[in-house]
Amino acid sequence: MLAPTLVYIALLVALPFLLAVFLSLTNSSAGSLEFSFVGLQNFRNVIASAVFRRALGNTFVFTVVSQFLVIVLGNILARALMKNFRGKSLARFLILMPWAAPISLATLGWLWIFDSTFSVINWVLKVSGWLGPGQWYYWLGDPTLAMAAIIVIHVWRMLPFSTVIILAGLTSIPNEVHEAADIDGAGYFAKTFRVTIPMMMPILTVAVLFGAVFTFTDMSVVYLLTRGGPYNSTHVLASLAFQDGVLGGDVGRGASIAIFLLPVLVVMAILMLRTSRRAEVV
Amino acid sequence: MGSRAARRAAGVLIHRAVILFFIVFAMFPFYWMIVTSFKQNADLYVGATNVKHNPFIFNLPPVLDHVKMLFYQTLYPTWLFNTLWVGVVVVAVTLVLAVPAGYSLARLTGKWGERLSIGIFLTYLVPSTLLFIPFSRLVSLLGLQNSLWSLVLIYPTFTVPFCTWLLMGFFKSLPKELEESAMVDGCSRVGAIWRMVLPLSVPGLLTVVIFALTLVIQEFVYSLTFISSVQRMTVSVGVPVALVRGDVYYWGSLMAACLITSVPIAIVYNLFLDRFIAGFTVGAVK
Repeated sequence: MLAPTLVYIALLVALPFLLAVFLSLTNSSAGSLEFSFVGLQNFRNVIASAVFRRALGNTFVFTVVSQFLVIVLGNILARALMKNFRGKSLARFLILMPWAAPISLATLGWLWIFDSTFSVINWVLKVSGWLGPGQWYYWLGDPTLAMAAIIVIHVWRMLPFSTVIILAGLTSIPNEVHEAADIDGAGYFAKTFRVTIPMMMPILTVAVLFGAVFTFTDMSVVYLLTRGGPYNSTHVLASLAFQDGVLGGDVGRGASIAIFLLPVLVVMAILMLRTSRRAEVV
Repeated sequence: MGSRAARRAAGVLIHRAVILFFIVFAMFPFYWMIVTSFKQNADLYVGATNVKHNPFIFNLPPVLDHVKMLFYQTLYPTWLFNTLWVGVVVVAVTLVLAVPAGYSLARLTGKWGERLSIGIFLTYLVPSTLLFIPFSRLVSLLGLQNSLWSLVLIYPTFTVPFCTWLLMGFFKSLPKELEESAMVDGCSRVGAIWRMVLPLSVPGLLTVVIFALTLVIQEFVYSLTFISSVQRMTVSVGVPVALVRGDVYYWGSLMAACLITSVPIAIVYNLFLDRFIAGFTVGAVK
């Protein structure tokens, strides 16, 4: 009864995956089924391109910075949600909203928030006096600000997901452990670093790895917010692969850019398997 | 007031402030969608340089113009219909593939069962951004470009692995004796699953239906790659790509579309969230 699923996955995940590797070694282009092998030429061309190197760097910057923020904020938020308070379930519901909304539509909402003329952020900064007369932030027109905007959206979207996972981890630590540590005279910091964090490690790893995979491979945020601009300064691997491989029609080049996602994904998958094995379940 | 009481009060205050901060951060874009959807254009397009005009509130009475325009003058209803059509078909395909697979994995013990189930879960992590280029080849080879059938063919690549994994966990919680006793009474294995296991699995099946449906509605990359005519787009692509005319953004209608699509999904999703998280954290939480 497993066979249909295995056949489907073999045909539509494994095979296309191999096809992606294969295409990256050819000069195939959209609209034509003829192609010839070019060996590693695509990879050489891609690596020589400054836009690609910037995109590769951006992909890591976006992933690392946003995941760092997500884990720090997620821990604070999860601890706050551990306590009982009135309206807790409503608060939880509202805080989780960003994860459920379709990312393309949520990004559109942010695009309007970061609008060059009507940005509500600028209005607040203007009113509070941060922006003096004649001063203005063009959020998506400046490479640094645009990168910050992209990171904000990634944090906004992944924070609920990580918070819920961390919350599951916190609630799974039995109270007796904390009591035992109290009896042994452990202070707040000793308890945090010697008890809570070690016991939370597997779950934190899961939260980070999933968050990292989703952020690392995402193209919708960049594609819809900046289209990789200004001047191709905010592209990530996925959006550049789309621009060159689908919009530009250079299938071989697009495939070779997307292949660069692979090493990181493999490392994450291995880490994930290790974590789950260490927890002795699965 | 003693210093202990003061410290407690400060603690409560900080706790409230932290919660409030995160609620504002999470909800602001949705709040902004609501405000934008119902504002008059004269109230909407003032420009942030005007410090006297507070953009957070309705300075002029709210109107339904943008919502009316969205439903009567754009293809939004068509996109909704397309999305639901794809969603229903994909859910059906997903159930047909994932229920037997999840059941088999739940009952298949030993090393191979374990390896297979992890293998299937890992395919969920293969991102659409790695596969969309070979898929676009495959889709045009099959003559499915610009057809919703391409999405029906491809979407199960992410719904099936995740749903199989969720269902496996669910079936594992049902005792094996259930089918065994039915089989002793003369049922075939398929009969035993149909009569004994599935009726008890309705909550699990419902969860899977909800998640497959929300994953379909959220999907962006494949839909953007394969569908080019505006009439055949799904909501997640039609709204950001085709609702913008040239360089003109109809922000009122755009935000109304985002709001109307996102909120129902978010509500349903939240109801089933705990199960979803359980699917991710199997193994890391004891």
